[in-house]
Amino acid sequence: MISTLLEKIKRGHFLLFCLFVLALPLILRRVEAGDYYISILVLAGINSIVVVGLNMLMGYAGQISLGHAAFFGLGAYSSAIITTRFGLSPWIGFAVSIGLNAAVAYFLAEPILKLKGHYLAMATLGMGMIFLALFSNLPITGGSEGIGVAKLHILGYVLNSRDLKEINYYYFTWIVALLLIYLALNIVKSRVGRALRAIHSSEVAAHSIGVNIAQFKTRVFILSAIYAGIAGSIFAHYSTFLCPPDFGLNYSIRLVTMGVIGGMSSIWGGVLGASTLSMLPQFLDMFAECDILIYGLILILAIIFMPQGMSQKIAWCWEKLKGSEQKGSEQ
Amino acid sequence: MSFADQVLQYLVNGITNGGIYALIALGFTIIYKSTDIINFAQGEFVMLGAVFMSTFYQQAHLNLAVSFGLSVLVVAIIGILMEVLMIRPLQDSDVISPIIATIGASIFLRGAVMLIWGRNDLFVPFFSSGPPYRIFSAILDRQYVWILALALLAMGGLHLFYEKTLHGKAMTACAANKRASSLCGINVQTMVILSFGLSAGLGAVAGGALAPFGMKYDTGVTFGLKGFCAAIVGGLGNNVGAIVGGFVLGVVEELGAGLISSSYKNAISFCILLAVLLIRPQGILFIKSGERV
Repeated sequence: MISTLLEKIKRGHFLLFCLFVLALPLILRRVEAGDYYISILVLAGINSIVVVGLNMLMGYAGQISLGHAAFFGLGAYSSAIITTRFGLSPWIGFAVSIGLNAAVAYFLAEPILKLKGHYLAMATLGMGMIFLALFSNLPITGGSEGIGVAKLHILGYVLNSRDLKEINYYYFTWIVALLLIYLALNIVKSRVGRALRAIHSSEVAAHSIGVNIAQFKTRVFILSAIYAGIAGSIFAHYSTFLCPPDFGLNYSIRLVTMGVIGGMSSIWGGVLGASTLSMLPQFLDMFAECDILIYGLILILAIIFMPQGMSQKIAWCWEKLKGSEQKGSEQ
Repeated sequence: MSFADQVLQYLVNGITNGGIYALIALGFTIIYKSTDIINFAQGEFVMLGAVFMSTFYQQAHLNLAVSFGLSVLVVAIIGILMEVLMIRPLQDSDVISPIIATIGASIFLRGAVMLIWGRNDLFVPFFSSGPPYRIFSAILDRQYVWILALALLAMGGLHLFYEKTLHGKAMTACAANKRASSLCGINVQTMVILSFGLSAGLGAVAGGALAPFGMKYDTGVTFGLKGFCAAIVGGLGNNVGAIVGGFVLGVVEELGAGLISSSYKNAISFCILLAVLLIRPQGILFIKSGERV
């Protein structure tokens, strides 16, 4: 029942979601400090892209990654280096970011994805830490002093133009995000998605019915790395300045938490989790010094009370609500 | 200083760090064996050990030894509380939920310490004063001797506990097979609680030994990660392996940092971690292992 409901949302309501996303700034523009809220939503969009990719890897294929900040960082630094160090167009930066992430993921996938469970978690964590060390020490990345990133322009129109920066980036980020979400929704519904779920539930069974496990794992790993890379590039152009701590273990962990809290086994769960947890710290700001403490507490409670994530919980409540309505009409 | 002197100095520092890593790795191992959970809050136990010790010493004006003992006790209780409140509800879940939960716990503990003790380093005086010892040309700080002694003492105590006491043997049995042990009349739940207390206590011993160098709310993270590398290097779920892994990691990391570049110190540990995972996931000590690659 729950899964059929999610299917329905996936099909009919994608367009509705698009409309909502596109209309939101029109409302927020009228609110006081609207630009601030829009800037948070830009980050939510960037995180959503990464988490949707990560959910395909973790929720569908069942492969944990505690090092996805590495791919995010690789994308961001590709854009930064291409535009600042070489003075090339940002779009070449995007291309390099995608190409580099795909290549790195391809080479890492073979040895790393052989591992399972905790071992995979640790290997990806190690991978993330090594990349962080490279970001903070290589001369070309500017090390701990950071590196600037050129402004993004589309057909001569500069996105960072003074008053409209937030809103421009909002539309740019979310249009990319919506396209990638749409792609992901189609992938998980396709043969590939079924193969990934088969691998998740039992590798032996999947293998015996002819699923090429290693190949599918590698592909989804590359795909999730590309998602993270694209998000990283957008982030680089949005923040216009990069420094290594943004791409460390903390961010990797936040990404995984977003996936888990939102619901790993659905694409919408990723969007929901990423958006919620991107907004949460801003919301917790009013608790001042207690914010970290409350953030930790929310994580613990969320995992204890909704281990399947918010999206499943919402779907479950919805089913229940509908069930009771039907009962009411019968009486 | 000649090259050989330098290497000797790195060795001395490495072995001392190794003692700390070994204690933390043991903490990981004990919890992993009893619950199949990787406890990401292990580093926070180290930090809490130092923070409580400093509080007992500075605020309650107890002497060093009493503060040390009390802090180990308090942290052990915190570990037990963590098991009862958080791990138990998650018992039958997949790999990822407990990871997130323990990460949540580590964030929570960090936040709590920051709120109560602030953002500054907390100290206790060095355990004994006087000039550092010298081993040939290498300098051995007095506190380093304490660290090593306390680490070895804790390991020895743990060994005796596992080998000589009924509870220790019951814990070993639980690690081997939970269902069979519960059929033999062992209370598995108690053993899990015990393992959390033990693991947190070991972390606090490491923290107490490091307290003179200063600790604040976020210092624990790095120690946790290093201990975690050590546990893997030695072979996850193997006490001897955790100790060997700790010392190997400490020495190799210090040598690598000294001879190659200190800015890559963290990267070196994780390269070792990856190398071990890829080449020899069962750990450098070849002892039988269950579900691995």
